[in-house]
Amino acid sequence: MLIKPSEITPREIVESRRKFIAGIAASAVAGTSIWEMANREAFAQGAAQKLAATRNAAFSTGEPQTSFNDATHYNNFYEFGTDKGDPAENAHTLHTRPWTVQIDGEVKKPITLDIDRLTKLAPLEERVYRLRCVEGWSMVIPWIGYSLSNLIKQVEPTGNAKYIQFISLADKAQMPGVSSRVIDWPYQEGLRMDEAMHPLTLLTVGMYGQVLANQNGAPVRVIVPWKYGFKSAKSIVRIRFLSSQPRTSWNMLAPDEYGFYSNVNPNVDHPRWSQATERRIGEGGLFTPKRKTLMFNGYNEVASLYTGMDLKKFY
Amino acid sequence: MAFNPSPKQLTAIKAVVFVVALLPFLSIAYGLASGQAIDPLAYLTDGSGDWALYMLCATLCVTPLRRFTGMNWVIKLRRMLGLYAFFYALVHFLTFVWFEHGFNVAAIWKDVLKHPYVTVGFAAFVLLIPLAATSTQAMIRRLGRNWTRLHRLIYLIAPLAILHLWWIRAGKHNFQQPIVWGSVVAVLLLLRVYWSVTRARAQAGARAGAPARARERARQ
Repeated sequence: MLIKPSEITPREIVESRRKFIAGIAASAVAGTSIWEMANREAFAQGAAQKLAATRNAAFSTGEPQTSFNDATHYNNFYEFGTDKGDPAENAHTLHTRPWTVQIDGEVKKPITLDIDRLTKLAPLEERVYRLRCVEGWSMVIPWIGYSLSNLIKQVEPTGNAKYIQFISLADKAQMPGVSSRVIDWPYQEGLRMDEAMHPLTLLTVGMYGQVLANQNGAPVRVIVPWKYGFKSAKSIVRIRFLSSQPRTSWNMLAPDEYGFYSNVNPNVDHPRWSQATERRIGEGGLFTPKRKTLMFNGYNEVASLYTGMDLKKFY
Repeated sequence: MAFNPSPKQLTAIKAVVFVVALLPFLSIAYGLASGQAIDPLAYLTDGSGDWALYMLCATLCVTPLRRFTGMNWVIKLRRMLGLYAFFYALVHFLTFVWFEHGFNVAAIWKDVLKHPYVTVGFAAFVLLIPLAATSTQAMIRRLGRNWTRLHRLIYLIAPLAILHLWWIRAGKHNFQQPIVWGSVVAVLLLLRVYWSVTRARAQAGARAGAPARARERARQ
């Protein structure tokens, strides 16, 4: 059968029809959004994939843990919006499978690992860490992962590798916040190699006995417990080994407010507020006195990394 | 003709505005009491600060609304809106001195002097105090023309409030809210500038026209 050119629907019309149909579908979804949200909540709380791990008592604090609800509903994850409630509301659109992490740069064995292989690279440990946000609040969270050094050793850094850089996913289709220009996407963070190799630095795939919640940086992030929270990059897609210090997202936005090191330090104030104290989330209310912030967030074993450095200058 | 409420209707309107303007406070109080606020201090600080600014803007809307619609009676809502702006600012200030600093005067002063965003926020609050204190009918009568002069402080307070918000949001590079509300305040203040320029021109015109009119009368 012959089809005359005039009978073929032009591409633009087909596309506009598709958009129209997608629009109807979207509004149908919006109509049932409360039901959907309730389901998602149930999924997030109950049906999340369990993750077996052995508690590493030597690297865990015995302090009361922040509730799962607070830890998953009070997040700074600008890729999903700037309000702290936005990530919990928006992060369900993140697809954490399939997921690969590209590891390259100054290494002898560059590799791209999918999330399942990455998760099985070393035995999983549970570590209960304090988390101190640069904004002045803190939590206590049981993370699951293994020391980042396990991964670093696998790829064999060259003698030139002095720094490590973490690059987060920046996909407008999955992350509504990426459409805003608040940050020069993708989010980038970095550590000095000795910081990255420190056993406390955790490559993290889970929390509270489950895989990471999307809004907490699923499927893989780092946790550097002696630094302000923003240093611990979320939803990592690339790890680069570099010979010179990488630029980092918050430092690029406000260099006098967010340094490369950003170690928790009660003696060095943020230009806009004091860092001497913190409020522990979930610990009482308005009348509860604040806690004194501890040097290196209480992880004094890292102090030797900074011997001889002026931490007021290298903030 | 523009709507003009009877005294009874005006009382009802005032009651409604009173309740509506109180709702944000009740909502904030509920969020705190129910434990829904994950970070109570940040929640109360942000909520009270936001609503102080919104009420300030509502107060500044009264005169434009009156001039554009001819509904002169809306001026009768202005005092309540202004006092609500002061009320939310007071809650914001109390949050700062009480829950943030536990009434530690040395810590409060250090914060006010060291951090510019606190300095301007503090200044804006202090400047609101005489306006709230002179809001009674008796004070309006007593101060006469000076009352109007004093209450022009609002034209300084509103930009200070925007600057306060701008500087705190700059810390997290999150300018959406200060841009939106800064624009609102800018429009409301530019209207005043426009009116004062046109009024000055009209008066100058009237003065220039006066001798001509006098000659006209003399000829008749």
